[in-house]
Amino acid sequence: MSKATLQRRPLVKELLKGADDNLLVIAGLGSSNWDITNAGDRPLNMPLWGAMGAPVGMGLGLAMAQPSKRVLVITGDGDMLMSMGSLATVATQQPDNLAIVVLDNEKFGETGNQATHTSPRNNGPTDSGAGTDLSLVAKGCGIADSTIVREAGDVAQFVKDVRTKKGPIFRLVKVMVEKLEFVMPPQDGAHLKDRFRAALLGKA
Amino acid sequence: MNADAMTIDWREQIFDVLQDHEVRQVYHVPDAGHSRLIEACQTSNSIRTVPLTTEEEGVALAAGAWLGGQRSVLLIQSSGVGNTINLMGLTKTLRFPFLTLITMRGDYGEFNSWQFPMGQGTPKVLEAMGVLLYSVDKASEVKATVDAAARAAFNGGQAVAVLLRQKLIGIKDFGKKKA
Repeated sequence: MSKATLQRRPLVKELLKGADDNLLVIAGLGSSNWDITNAGDRPLNMPLWGAMGAPVGMGLGLAMAQPSKRVLVITGDGDMLMSMGSLATVATQQPDNLAIVVLDNEKFGETGNQATHTSPRNNGPTDSGAGTDLSLVAKGCGIADSTIVREAGDVAQFVKDVRTKKGPIFRLVKVMVEKLEFVMPPQDGAHLKDRFRAALLGKA
Repeated sequence: MNADAMTIDWREQIFDVLQDHEVRQVYHVPDAGHSRLIEACQTSNSIRTVPLTTEEEGVALAAGAWLGGQRSVLLIQSSGVGNTINLMGLTKTLRFPFLTLITMRGDYGEFNSWQFPMGQGTPKVLEAMGVLLYSVDKASEVKATVDAAARAAFNGGQAVAVLLRQKLIGIKDFGKKKA
């Protein structure tokens, strides 16, 4: 497989362009959090600073509670590997308003770019994974609309699908390994939760 | 099983309490002790019932439901409490109401030695994560206990676990003898 060419920051910026009150976003800890914040911090973003493995479950609970809103979960391959079972749980409910985007750089970025299981096998003694294909995992779990995005030419359709296509949809995006500036949202979880609920429900 | 357990349908009463507190999402793993409650939720028009692959998913789902303005309950066994501990931290960092009803194993009259470590550890690990514990071993006290726990959670904003003790549920005997 050729090396990834997509850059996560411009991709996420494009994905969240023109986000209005109908778009509820949950981002996994680390890079995905900084990515959505780089696109513009907003009350209807719920960027996690911890709780690895939680984003998909949170997205499902939120999607069921707010069926008329679009719910978007953005996270990384490391986070998704930790909670693969939650994809099967999503599939039991088939929420038509939920989109899951996994930005797969095949690395545990926050701890020094160690290979995740999505890295190729036989990639040297310190950098080998299992070649795990999370889009196939999602499909196998029962999320039928699951594809991989690799090329710049596919981004426009990807954005359209994630923002509007009938869910649940799963998109695995192969992205480059990059060293990027930390763009941090507020850290206090209770504050993030309260501002989200105030914006969505009119009460914290 | 004690005498009032034979006459009081405490599982039905739990369902009524969940309805009273406007619980809209119920998460569960398969469980003999909770099975009738789970079935009542599955056939309810007002509750969305979600089977989990592992208990900690329920904590994440509960956080998401609360973000979206809905109350939820997680139904599990003590055997899986350890799985929830890491994500249980979310109840502290986000400060959201959380209620779980836990059927106990490795408790009163347990026959399976493999159930004891997590059963006996359950109150300690939940306490370590700052979860309030309510314990009930009499059928006549289930309704009031679950109601009090739901108030502490949904009105008081706390993370609360109700331990449904093995004395209440009955001792699992693999069908050798009716409990």
